[in-house]
Amino acid sequence: MAEPERNRRLSHWQALVDTRGRFRAYRAVLASRGRSQASHRASFRMDLVGAVLVGTIEFTELWVLYSATDQIGGFTLAQIMLVFGLSDLAFSLADLAAGHCDNLPVYVRAGTLDVFFLRPQPLLAQLMTSDLSLRRIGRCLVGATALTVGLVINDIDWSVGTVGLLLLALVCGFVIFTAQFVTAAGLQFFLVNGAEMTNAFVYGGRYAATQPASVWPRGLLVVFAGVFPVAFAAYLPVSTLLGMPGLAGLPTWLGWCAPVAALWAVVVAGLCWRWGLRHYRGAGG
Amino acid sequence: MRPLPSPARNPYWRFLVAGFRGQSAYPLAMLAGLVANATFGLLKGGIMGAAVESAGGELAGYSAATMAAFVWLGQGMLGSVNLWGGSDLQTRIKSGDVAVDFLRPVSVQAAHVLTDIGKGLFALLPRGLPSVVIGILVSSMALPPSAGAFALGLLSLLIGIAVSHASMYAVATTGFWLVESRGISVFYMAFSGFFAGLFTPIYLFPDWLLTVALLTPFPSMMQLPIDVLSGQVTGTAAWQHVGVQLLWLAVVLGVGHLTTRAGRRRLEVQGG
Repeated sequence: MAEPERNRRLSHWQALVDTRGRFRAYRAVLASRGRSQASHRASFRMDLVGAVLVGTIEFTELWVLYSATDQIGGFTLAQIMLVFGLSDLAFSLADLAAGHCDNLPVYVRAGTLDVFFLRPQPLLAQLMTSDLSLRRIGRCLVGATALTVGLVINDIDWSVGTVGLLLLALVCGFVIFTAQFVTAAGLQFFLVNGAEMTNAFVYGGRYAATQPASVWPRGLLVVFAGVFPVAFAAYLPVSTLLGMPGLAGLPTWLGWCAPVAALWAVVVAGLCWRWGLRHYRGAGG
Repeated sequence: MRPLPSPARNPYWRFLVAGFRGQSAYPLAMLAGLVANATFGLLKGGIMGAAVESAGGELAGYSAATMAAFVWLGQGMLGSVNLWGGSDLQTRIKSGDVAVDFLRPVSVQAAHVLTDIGKGLFALLPRGLPSVVIGILVSSMALPPSAGAFALGLLSLLIGIAVSHASMYAVATTGFWLVESRGISVFYMAFSGFFAGLFTPIYLFPDWLLTVALLTPFPSMMQLPIDVLSGQVTGTAAWQHVGVQLLWLAVVLGVGHLTTRAGRRRLEVQGG
């Protein structure tokens, strides 16, 4: 590349990442993604309805199961609605922010990822803003509705602490699930054709987060309350909120430890991402 | 000399074999699918086991052992039936490649459905069997009570796989009219798993919802084969299950045949 040409390009990128306009590039990219999707109205509406439908049916499965019995793992239908609502909302928000990291193997195979390397922006930030599926908003509605209904029908002792715990759980849940997506993307550098393996903790994690963790055998506890700490996204905070016993042998205030779990998830995600990135050698495209 | 007509030269047999063989090229993908399957199985087994226990050891006719069989047989079948709503035909209609399919001197429906059944049968080896083995290791799942019941169970399983792919084919033919049928796929994904008994047995549904489920082909894809394979139903009831499955197979194949004929006249491929 000729020197002046290269300088011109560099200064162009520098302008984009200039401190004042640091996020301008991302904002412009995201706004354009939003506009492009909203312009195909019929298709967009169909996607939204589809997302709401899938969420509603997932809730119906829970309703069928908890209606057939009085309680499972100490949770009644009303109580599990809180767990489902909180975890589903957190997961949907994380999916909105980072769900398309799941496309990494497609980018690797097509060579699209190599283009990302040429730009002076962090790869992860580019990957996360590479797509914004507004239809995923439909999914957030289901979680938010279940959470609202759950908060109304349960006997909750409202105080500053309760509100704080709920907000803390929602933020930490979002961070935990986002971290799972990034962890998965990091591992997918190695797996490529075996990317489905990460579904075990990303989508398996979402499923696990809607369950009372007290019914799990020890192995699952280690995986979903430890390594991929999705039990901290909803089950443990809700147990604390309702004053339920939670996990055997552990204190009731464990729900307040969600930030610790979130921090751990972020550290794991960071390590996996770096490790994967260093492993990447390009697809030769 | 004219080659002798042998089954191996029959094009439809070749479609089935090609589908079967094509999948064996991706061993890592199969392993990955198994890991995801097993994780979901453990989670599902945990919650369903707790539900049976909380109901006093018996829930909608399921004991702990038969519920474990429901969970692990279902996980094992997941790679062989199509509950996610996408298909090759859908992609080929969208891209226009389906025009080439129509030029071939074979039935488009049979070619697509048989290839998919072949893929589904292959998935039984790396995903189906290991799932069942894991299930036997981690739980006390019920096994078929006799060799005869087991054989009938396998037949039911085969018909279930056929019903699933024949239904998906019929649904994908809506693409002849809609071109972009992704929305249809989402609807299919939402309802097929729910009514097939992917998460909870359909017998847990309230009566009205169970009736709705039984008016669809979805239970024939998973719930009914699981009932027969696990020995949840035996004797005449088991044969009845297989009969219902065959009826649905005929219906979805018939619908697919008619929509293919109508869609072929409707098809417009754009571009060169």
